[in-house]
Amino acid sequence: MKIGVLVSEGPYTHEAADSAYKFVTAALAAGHEVPRVFFYHDGVNVATRLSVPPQDERHIQRNWTTLAKEHGVDLVVCIAAAQRRGILDENEAKRQGKDTDNLAEGFRISGLGQLIEMAIQTDRLVTFGD
Amino acid sequence: MSDVKKFLYVNRKAPYGTIYALESLEVVLIGAAFEQDVALAFLDDGVFQLTKGQNTEEIGMKNFSPTFRALGDYDVQKLYVERESLEERGLSEDDLIEVVYEDEDDDWAEKPAIRVISRAEMSDVMAEADVILSF
Repeated sequence: MKIGVLVSEGPYTHEAADSAYKFVTAALAAGHEVPRVFFYHDGVNVATRLSVPPQDERHIQRNWTTLAKEHGVDLVVCIAAAQRRGILDENEAKRQGKDTDNLAEGFRISGLGQLIEMAIQTDRLVTFGD
Repeated sequence: MSDVKKFLYVNRKAPYGTIYALESLEVVLIGAAFEQDVALAFLDDGVFQLTKGQNTEEIGMKNFSPTFRALGDYDVQKLYVERESLEERGLSEDDLIEVVYEDEDDDWAEKPAIRVISRAEMSDVMAEADVILSF
């Protein structure tokens, strides 16, 4: 089955990004396809490469980055939600005159159309949120 | 792109206090370009999103309720509002803004897009949807 995933809560405050990660890992292991995960609302905060959790805690962003590398999952961060919350890729940081970008490897910033497209092209859309 | 799917946007939160309602509306507006079968559902505190006379001046937020009235122009013709949620909050259909769409099958007559339905009917609406986006 083709499954699309939406993450709509931020990391650490809420378990959504952890549950989504575990779900995607399990779905891939069971032979399903997960072509894309879309991050919306505070979910976009998962994508900051500047997150530095304590050593003995799970590293949510790094987990996702590894998953993207190993399984080719397309991690898409909503641009409108990301700009509100200060998640910028290199181009956007330049365009906005900021002194740094913070989008982690494996993620890309794009529009909400990517969420709708994912919902159209997959058999199921699974939301992790509040 | 595959066949047309039935999209249902479920709005369960008050318009202000959290960003869910505003960012849900942003998805609806972008999604309109994809020519899918779109409906919106309002239940729980989500019914407050459609109330008349919203004034956000003192909280420094944009009053986005007028945007709902433009949904007809985006070919969004179905806004389901749960009656029980209205009643539980002391509201009735008279407290809601007017949203109309032009019915192309009826000589572009203006028709109300808001349909107040029961909780049981809402469950049918959800069961019939292919994609549910819940905010």
